Amino acid sequence: MSKPTTKTLWIRDGWVIDPANHRDGIGDVYARDGFFVADLDAAERKDAQVVEAKGLVVAPGLVDIHVHLREPGQTHKESIRTGTRAGAAGGYTTLVCMPNTSPVCDNAGTIQLIRDKSARDACVRLYPTGCLTIGMQGERLAPIGSLKNAGVVAVTDDGKCVQSNELMRRAVEYAAMFQLPVMDHCQDASLTQGAVMNEGEWSIRLGLRGWPKAAEDIIVARNVLLAETTGAHIHMQHVSSAQSVDILRRAKSRGVRVTGEASPHHIDLTDERLAGYDTNFKMNPPLRTAKDVAALIEGLKDGTLDCIATDHAPHSATEKDVEFDYAPFGIIGLENALAVVLKVLYHSGHCSLSEVIALMTHKGAEICRLNAGTMSVGAPADCVLLDPDAEWVVDCGRFQSKARNCPWAGETLRGKIASTWVGGKCVFDGESIIESA
Amino acid sequence: MTHSDPIWQRKDLICIEELTRIEVEAIFEVARSFKHTMERSVKKLPSLRGRTVVNLFMEPSTRTRIAFEIAAKRLSADVISMISNTSSLTKGETLKDTARNIEALRADIIVLRHPASGAPNYLRERVGIPVINAGDGAHAHPTQALLDAFTLLERFGTLEGKRITILGDILFSRVARSNIWCLSKLGAHVTVAGPSTLVPDGFSRLGVTVSHDLRQALEGADAVMLLRIQHERQTSTHFPSLGEYTSMFGLNKERAAWLRPDAIIMHPGPINRGVEIDSELADSNRSVILEQVTNGIAIRMAVLYLCASAAQRGGEMSQPFPV
Repeated sequence: MSKPTTKTLWIRDGWVIDPANHRDGIGDVYARDGFFVADLDAAERKDAQVVEAKGLVVAPGLVDIHVHLREPGQTHKESIRTGTRAGAAGGYTTLVCMPNTSPVCDNAGTIQLIRDKSARDACVRLYPTGCLTIGMQGERLAPIGSLKNAGVVAVTDDGKCVQSNELMRRAVEYAAMFQLPVMDHCQDASLTQGAVMNEGEWSIRLGLRGWPKAAEDIIVARNVLLAETTGAHIHMQHVSSAQSVDILRRAKSRGVRVTGEASPHHIDLTDERLAGYDTNFKMNPPLRTAKDVAALIEGLKDGTLDCIATDHAPHSATEKDVEFDYAPFGIIGLENALAVVLKVLYHSGHCSLSEVIALMTHKGAEICRLNAGTMSVGAPADCVLLDPDAEWVVDCGRFQSKARNCPWAGETLRGKIASTWVGGKCVFDGESIIESA
Repeated sequence: MTHSDPIWQRKDLICIEELTRIEVEAIFEVARSFKHTMERSVKKLPSLRGRTVVNLFMEPSTRTRIAFEIAAKRLSADVISMISNTSSLTKGETLKDTARNIEALRADIIVLRHPASGAPNYLRERVGIPVINAGDGAHAHPTQALLDAFTLLERFGTLEGKRITILGDILFSRVARSNIWCLSKLGAHVTVAGPSTLVPDGFSRLGVTVSHDLRQALEGADAVMLLRIQHERQTSTHFPSLGEYTSMFGLNKERAAWLRPDAIIMHPGPINRGVEIDSELADSNRSVILEQVTNGIAIRMAVLYLCASAAQRGGEMSQPFPV
């Protein structure tokens, strides 16, 4: 170890928005040795790296509790290196990655591999999740205690919802012993055989197999009942249906320990966008209707839905460049999530900027009990400087991600990342990733 | 040699929905003249001499493929049929690669039959030569709808105000969807009928009447179009049994009496005798099932001719499409 040197950071004259600490006004932000501090002394100010933030918002680094980084095993789609760079470019400083890698994360060894790769390759903080069941097969419990010891922050069979109610009940009961939230991808598989898009007018017009909202609602309702029975915390991933929002709202009003997330695409896009059979609009759960979009926005506003999560799901161009039925589900989201959410919630007048930032920072961090998403004194100095009004055109060719499966390609959005900071160090300067020595 | 049609400008035929009524009628106009030539002893015309038509059939089909083959041959085109189990398709080659190879072989037209909805929409953006949809998933079967409307027009002269009922498995049927668009464009009132699981109410958003009451659906109709119950597309939960289907929705003589006296009975084939239609009724003088088959050749000749002409005019033929 070299002799530790004190490094100080002084971000000046920004519009500081730190929702967890109810801070929302022009001011300065300070960090020492990678952590936020209340102030710097005169000598430290003299030596500090000074960042002029005038005209920019200074917010906690964004937190995404639902990403797929595809490593190990599917690095033709994405890797920890490229996925975390995509995160940094999108203003994210903390990512929680899903366990449907190859092999899947149902053992401590795979978790350790991800942590080792992350230490070497990641440019933002990365937390793994573990499987709920062995092989994500929905038959036997994964070694959740060992996974916890290996470092997972949640357990989930994301993408393959556990169909057995008995097994799900035991899984949440068991995971609760380790204070691990169970994140569930709510999908009754028997209702979605062969389905590729929302069931409704557009599935009829396009002749594509429809995916009823009830497939999600049934599992959300089941999870509410199991959370109520066991007292365990169940988190609903990428809620897409109006009825599911309603089920969650009523459950929360009874004090049931359930939380929910919404994805940028589900609050911005609807199923009619599939009219050209563009596979970049194919995702699971599928895009729904304007009525569902309105319910999701209402749910985010009244706290029924706790946070925004991207479900960043990279696939190679080759995999997506096929007939609609044969393309894999999923789109990427990290590099334009903030701008999309600003469009839907802030520029439209639904939410204040502070409310949007809360949904994209500490609210998600709290679900996974992460020390992230705030600028509290003593917290890791992770933050983002952004211009909420700056226009830019989504150009997938400039993405840090390996993947290009983005439904917003070519769209003009407002809200640009000026820089991203992790542990007091700049990792993205608004144009490029800053490689650490 | 092909001559340009003043109305038809499309190199592809993907679905009826995107066509205007005038375009549909332009196809009929050409089909009518081709139909006359079919009554001659020498049926062949030189219109597509020197052109190659590739039938790319990625789903089992006999009658549609043969109809396209005959139509192309009557226009003097050379025809190759690629059927999924005899080609590279089973080796895992993608549709895009297969089609671009066909284009590189300097074929002039691809006729595509595919199990996935939207496959022709996908393909037309990836090759420069004409793509003609011969049926994609549950999405569209435009030449079938055109030949059905053509047959109805021959009988009735106009479809304005005519009541036409499509009966059977609507949900999984590309024939039903294309007919809904085609008949509606021509001014007919369309009713779709059958069991609620195969005729969801959502079809009313397409501007048609949805009925689960067979009598109501048939009474006063000018034509009934029966659809084959497609065992291969349904999951097992859509209706209890073929027997129950026949007893509830099969067309028999008693039920056919609910139709208008001059009403006709249509079926795109292949028919399941004794399931969706009583065998005798299929052979009765009210049935135009075999006229539909004959008209299918004239319609496909017209479509091949018009799309080839438009492609030649656009100078797009055999131009590789940029990646």
